[in-house]
Amino acid sequence: MAVDAQTVEKLAELARIAISEETIDEVSSRLGDVLQLVDQLQAVNTDGVAPMAHPLDEVQVLRKDEVTEPNRREDFLALAPQTEAGLYLVPKVID
Amino acid sequence: MHQLTIAEIIRGLRDKQFSSVEITSHLLERIQELDNQFNSFITVTGDQAIKEAAAADARLAQGDAPALCGVPIAHKDIFCTNGVRTSCGSKMLDNFVPPYDATVVDNFQQAGAVSLGKTNMDEFAMGSSNESSFYGAVKNPWNVERIPGGSSGGSAAAVAALLVPGTTATDTGGSIRQPAAMTGTTGLKPTYGRVSRWGMIAFASSLDQGGPITRTAEDAALMLSVMASPDKKDSTCLDRPTQDYTANLNDSIKGLKIGVPSEYFGEGLDSEVGARVQEALKDYEKLGAELVEISLPHSKLAVPAYYVIAPAEASANLSRFDGVRYGYRCENPADLRDLYMRSRGEGFGEEVKRRILVGSYALSAGYYDAYYNKAQQVRRLIKQDFVDAFDKVDVIMGPTAPNPAFKLGEKNADPVAMYLEDIYTIATNLAGLPGMSIPCGFAHGLPVGLQIIGNYLDEARMLNVAHQFQQASDWHQKTAPAAE
Amino acid sequence: MEWEVVIGLEVHVQLATQSKIFSGASTAFGAEPNTQACAVDLAMPGTLPVPNEEAFRFAVMFGLAMNAEIGKRSVFERKNYFYPDLPKGYQTTQLEQPIVGAGQIEIHLEDGSSKTVRLHHAHLEEDAGKSLHEDFHGMSGIDLNRAGTPLIEIVSEPDMRSAAEAVAYLKKIHSIVTYLGISDGDMSQGSLRCDANVSVRLKGEEELGTRTEIKNLNSFRFIEKAIKVEAQRQIDLIEDGGKVTQETRLYDADKNETRSMRSKEVANDYRYFPCPDLLPVVLTDDYVEQIRSELPELPDAKCARFEKDYGLSAYDADQLTQERATADYFEQVAAKSGEPKLAANWVMGELAALLNREEKSIADSPVSAEHLAGLIARIKDNTISSKIAKQVFEAMANGDGDADTVIEAKGLKQVSDTGAIEKMVDDVIAASTSQVENYRNADPDKRPKMMGFFVGQIMKASKGQANPQMINKILKEKLDALL
Repeated sequence: MAVDAQTVEKLAELARIAISEETIDEVSSRLGDVLQLVDQLQAVNTDGVAPMAHPLDEVQVLRKDEVTEPNRREDFLALAPQTEAGLYLVPKVID
Repeated sequence: MHQLTIAEIIRGLRDKQFSSVEITSHLLERIQELDNQFNSFITVTGDQAIKEAAAADARLAQGDAPALCGVPIAHKDIFCTNGVRTSCGSKMLDNFVPPYDATVVDNFQQAGAVSLGKTNMDEFAMGSSNESSFYGAVKNPWNVERIPGGSSGGSAAAVAALLVPGTTATDTGGSIRQPAAMTGTTGLKPTYGRVSRWGMIAFASSLDQGGPITRTAEDAALMLSVMASPDKKDSTCLDRPTQDYTANLNDSIKGLKIGVPSEYFGEGLDSEVGARVQEALKDYEKLGAELVEISLPHSKLAVPAYYVIAPAEASANLSRFDGVRYGYRCENPADLRDLYMRSRGEGFGEEVKRRILVGSYALSAGYYDAYYNKAQQVRRLIKQDFVDAFDKVDVIMGPTAPNPAFKLGEKNADPVAMYLEDIYTIATNLAGLPGMSIPCGFAHGLPVGLQIIGNYLDEARMLNVAHQFQQASDWHQKTAPAAE
Repeated sequence: MEWEVVIGLEVHVQLATQSKIFSGASTAFGAEPNTQACAVDLAMPGTLPVPNEEAFRFAVMFGLAMNAEIGKRSVFERKNYFYPDLPKGYQTTQLEQPIVGAGQIEIHLEDGSSKTVRLHHAHLEEDAGKSLHEDFHGMSGIDLNRAGTPLIEIVSEPDMRSAAEAVAYLKKIHSIVTYLGISDGDMSQGSLRCDANVSVRLKGEEELGTRTEIKNLNSFRFIEKAIKVEAQRQIDLIEDGGKVTQETRLYDADKNETRSMRSKEVANDYRYFPCPDLLPVVLTDDYVEQIRSELPELPDAKCARFEKDYGLSAYDADQLTQERATADYFEQVAAKSGEPKLAANWVMGELAALLNREEKSIADSPVSAEHLAGLIARIKDNTISSKIAKQVFEAMANGDGDADTVIEAKGLKQVSDTGAIEKMVDDVIAASTSQVENYRNADPDKRPKMMGFFVGQIMKASKGQANPQMINKILKEKLDALL
């Protein structure tokens, strides 16, 4: 199954991954190969089969409502590329 | 001293044949001398290791030493280590020093193990050859022109090169077992949920599972006894107490029923690899086991289902790497969109980007049912094959990988060919079953791995079955020439 | 042409848990930026979510209060999009299997009529952080304290037909969540926020018109105004031959208009899928029934009881039960004073005016229920008149102590001493010869009205403290004696 450049651009936008003009054909063709591989699934009859999101049929254990996490702001902010006044800085957010 | 197994080191330390500082220093020297050939470590924490070893020696002297006190190990660079750079093999996290430990790392610290550093890996654990690492490819100690397998190639190569007796690793589609097979080491992927994923950087959350790579099944049992624990911080971690996996190693395997799936011996399997596996099965018969032919009819669909589910989960798991709170940020972003597009475009390698795009495609409007949902249905069919098989047999055996280690660069141009490397290992991840790879001979002069698949939470039996084979064979004791 | 407005609301309610929905970080409001954002909230690599049981308990309480189906098996999904206040790059929410299914509630309109609004579903999800737009060298600052605060998103069917109905529905939701104690409902702090889906159609049409979504309405007043102005915009547009575009709009309160949020219009494809880090949450029937048995009395039941037990009008009972704190306050005053009707009048009258003036909630009322009950008791036993009572109330509001203390300190006790009142009456009659003359000559039918003048004078002389019934009685006797 071929994937056209337009689809790749749309996916790149959704995934926020810049893909250069020069590589877009290469990426399209590789994606096409992968989709061809996974398209084998289409031939399988799965009528009435429930999708399985987890390998084991376990159920969630809930946590008690307790504050257990101390303030570690300085440890975390130290990892960030740009901060000021206790905030993470990013290019202007426009609503 | 570098030839000692974990079990032997534990005895040696307790018998005062050598100290933890001695063996730790020795291994650090070997890494220093030899690892430029293999590139199996990304970060070596020598000073810290010596300090930990000295502390371990003090505890050993006091006589209150926990299970792995003073035993040198290394962690795959996917496990977060407090104060030590954790890169996940990616430029994205080249500067990332977590202020917290993974539960697995913590468990080994509690057990007194000494960490020598962080091992190389495919970027974000995506790969079967360890060529996608930002820190360069890892080379196979059996032949440095060949790949060591992936994604835990560094963990496997370091053990095969006798740089460290045991390493932690992770397996999402075969990333412990396939490199173990390629490097003649013993690798174990536990039942999904047996080992905590807290602090283990996620690739595909419903498939990822941590486990050990060692030189013997006994060592794997020793490490798994420390690694596997309940963990309230991981919702998918099973609430089962720790257990001593060495307890059943010496049980007899007389009457053991070994399922041999016909699908694992068909087209695509290297004939020499197939021959070695058949010979191993004959050896098992000699040990009193019974071979039962079984069928896993949906085997062929494992790779296609996996390459929908794993990329889909990864596409969301890797969204957090956005250049805002940690990790790589592009230079001078023009605006918010540019910050995202370039930080991610420049910070991720080609294979990671490809899988994120595939995953985004499989989940996008109009394709969800045909891809993601379909794959999850097929996943149930695959699991059911195993459930049916385990009604009849105790373990399932076959080859770990279809061929021995291939040449560096050989499959780089063709991702699909690379994906088929995991054709025999992926199904167990989809089903959540435990699996092992143990050395069972050589093909074309390179190690061959025998895969053992166990029933849910039946790791102890799997280890027993592997140990009995290793008691009767010496494939696991062969040493890679470059490790001499 | 007669137009009909069709409104559906999506209400986000922050749940009053101590810790976040997926982490042990505090949810307290107003902390220094990023001091309540732990490794999980920051989406640090390798971190994992573990859901908070209290969030589920609260959501089930809400579902039961809405007469809704409870999702015995609920599943978290990931909603994928990039935004700097969303650290993971996805919001963990529920889609296919929410915790609360279809339900319905009655809303009460000002004209006294009622209406049923259907609930489509309500789901649990995590809140995002905040982008601060003060200028940091042309950049925005991100505070992730709010990230991971538990929310229930309550999605109605498009059952409302006017801005007033929408407000009544929202007030009902507010009332229910505060009654249940699952949220503080504080709209000024964003604990309760609302998106309105608005469309118009000709009356009698079956098909719904194209809707727009007005985002982030955070006061009852803005919701009413925003819906009105948006409905009118759509009507004008269609009448001018235009077409409504399905889009997200923002209400500008200063200009009283809605405008398109073009930045949100980039084709969104959220790629929902079940969150693989979380397992299905399975609740047992016993668990749900246990919660049902512990539910507090809800506004509708309380309203009916107030009418019946206290003899209040439907209107008064409704007013007093809209907020649980008001209802509780009223019940305390009624019980302690033994005068429910007086209590109702005071709570809805003087007390409401005081709180309004001082912009305080009833929880922070300067006059406690006990003090108000004490005041009412003094009215009832004729220690003071209703008029003096207002003075006493003001003094209590100023912190001068309870009613008895104020009455004592200010000497406001009603004069009921016959001798003293007789003297005041005599003095006024003596000083008002012409009025007395007029009274004597007046038609007997008009005399009762003319007494007002004398009563006023006597009240003035007593500084309002003379017992009015006694004045009337003594005055009449004395005036009649002069005839």
